[in-house]
Amino acid sequence: MNSLRVPLIRDGLFQTGAADSHKKNTPRPLEGLQIVDVGCGGGLLSEPLARLGASVTGIDASADLIEVAQRHAKLDPALGSRLNYIHTAAETHVCEAPEKYDAVVSSEVIEHIHDKNFFLEQCVKLLKPKGSIFLTTLNRTTESWLGGIVAAEHLLNLVPKGTHQWELFIQPVELQDILEKCGCSTKLIHGMCYNPLTDEWKWSKNVKINYALHAVKAESN
Amino acid sequence: MAPIMFLSPVTMAFSNVSKKLLMSHAGFICNSSLIQKCHQSTSGSQHYDIIIAGGGLVGTAMACALGSAKVLSEKKILLLEGAPAKPITLKDTYSNRVSAINHASVELFKHLSIWEDIRGHRVQEVRKMQVWETCSDSLITFSEDDLSNPVAYIIENDLMMWALSKCNENIPNSSVRYSAKIKDYAFPHSSDVNTPEVLLETGEKLSCDLLIGADGINSKVRSKMDTMVERTDYNQMGVVATLSLSDPTNNIVAWQRFLPDGVIALLPLSESTSSLVWSTSVEKAKSLIGLTGDSFVDAVNEAFLKEFPSNPFVESLLKNLNLSPGTDKQIPPSINGVQENSRAAFPLGSINVSRYVNDCVALIGDAAHRVHPLAGQGVNIGFGDVQCLADQVAKAAYQGSHIGKGAHLKVYQSERLYETLPKMKVIHFMHTLYKTSFTPAVVLRSLGLSLVQSMPLVKKQLIKRANS
Repeated sequence: MNSLRVPLIRDGLFQTGAADSHKKNTPRPLEGLQIVDVGCGGGLLSEPLARLGASVTGIDASADLIEVAQRHAKLDPALGSRLNYIHTAAETHVCEAPEKYDAVVSSEVIEHIHDKNFFLEQCVKLLKPKGSIFLTTLNRTTESWLGGIVAAEHLLNLVPKGTHQWELFIQPVELQDILEKCGCSTKLIHGMCYNPLTDEWKWSKNVKINYALHAVKAESN
Repeated sequence: MAPIMFLSPVTMAFSNVSKKLLMSHAGFICNSSLIQKCHQSTSGSQHYDIIIAGGGLVGTAMACALGSAKVLSEKKILLLEGAPAKPITLKDTYSNRVSAINHASVELFKHLSIWEDIRGHRVQEVRKMQVWETCSDSLITFSEDDLSNPVAYIIENDLMMWALSKCNENIPNSSVRYSAKIKDYAFPHSSDVNTPEVLLETGEKLSCDLLIGADGINSKVRSKMDTMVERTDYNQMGVVATLSLSDPTNNIVAWQRFLPDGVIALLPLSESTSSLVWSTSVEKAKSLIGLTGDSFVDAVNEAFLKEFPSNPFVESLLKNLNLSPGTDKQIPPSINGVQENSRAAFPLGSINVSRYVNDCVALIGDAAHRVHPLAGQGVNIGFGDVQCLADQVAKAAYQGSHIGKGAHLKVYQSERLYETLPKMKVIHFMHTLYKTSFTPAVVLRSLGLSLVQSMPLVKKQLIKRANS
């Protein structure tokens, strides 16, 4: 999925002006930007963002995953000090780093969370004014039940059974509403579609299963 | 008078060029920035982002293409070449190793800003190709409308090598190590290493995030990969030579004739010089090399001009189908001399490799595929690999991916297999079809050639395909 979400974040940050347009098509387009990856897991998204020059903080509530992420990061010395992992929850990190980040990314996390209002509130608190939040998640539709649970968990075994609870999936409009209440305006919602035969992700107009969202925090709350 | 007057300024210009080449190359050898360009890794080996094994045309072009990509400008690139550094001198006389370069390769040269350099020296445009055989009168010609645009360019390998080396020398993050004898490799898929390691004969160890094998038909990189190799030995040798024409001519046609025991091609170099590529049986090749100059010239002229008894069945068939070549057929220029020491022979074989990539490793050029020279596609397919792999690596890097791991190497592999496999099959098929005088095969090839010759749109597609 990185072939979609990394360019989405990179180009989104150029669009908002957070990333310096002179750095387009250079080795470190995101240099100088602070990004927090909330629910970073094993660091699948944190590492590429750090390679693009950003200072990335990956946070996760699971100590085990943070350890996996740290071990994996050691395999590529080029990541250096641009990548840090902390075993913490978003609400705790808000106290340590309020309004610290140019971007918050949270990929495939919110569909596991019960109190989405509270979670997104914390995410937005981590953001500087005019900062960007990037989310990827699953829609709550019949298609996502068939594709995300029946196919992915039971037929194709792409993810372990019981990974997802369909009831917790969130529709784009609902997500947009919560973000609006937190003072963020949505700039873009894009569907993503997975082809299990070629193991490739593609952008799609169809947001019925997977989608990505980019919202920008207001200048001042 | 005119041709002589035309030639002398060219010759003079070339003497100057040779001196310039020597000088610029001296700087290249003395390049001592290697140390700045790599860092010491924790295991005591020197680490580079990309190591390319094999500093031939394709390997050097790879270093240039990667090094000139803006998003890769911080990647440290090392080119390992087994041979010692030697200055490339372009002599007044033509080298016997030339290539027919297609438009896609020219685009790569333009992208590397070396095309003007190459063309400024000596490049012969081919405006038309004529292909014919011995068993029937069928023939095919390829040209753009009104001969207005070249269908290919004949360029000496040395000239391309010189331009590519100069280009690589000017890339700050790319360096070359000559006389680099490789003892062994360790790859992540088969050894307990995280990234590829290169062990040199000197005992020195290098490591990298991406290793590119451009080490030719007997690739050592490939032998350490998890891949299957299918070899075809044609039991043929390619004989090359630089020939002088009896009369100076507007030399813009490439000639190729399928003979009972091989293929002979005459590629234009200048108004009075052409290059020979003759694939023939091993015995015949050896005897051709041993002939006196005059007898060799006679053999070449005979191969192009000799009338063979044509297959009467095929002739009448072509006639009845109204596919007789008529006035299309032209006669190639006659040869009157062979340049001293320009004759050489090399074995011909083809290889087909099941996969071009492993974790952190990729093959390019002859290491991945080798074809019979009859279609003049070999180095062009290699340059195609270079462009494709450089694009994929740059794209992956700009996406924050590790340049050796990830889907981009597989994308490179599938794009190149899709592009090269059909070409390899067609070339092999042509070789098989033309080495016989068996009537059904003659019918098939004559009809095929004549039909295509009568269908300009199909020919356009063929030219397009050969140029991609």
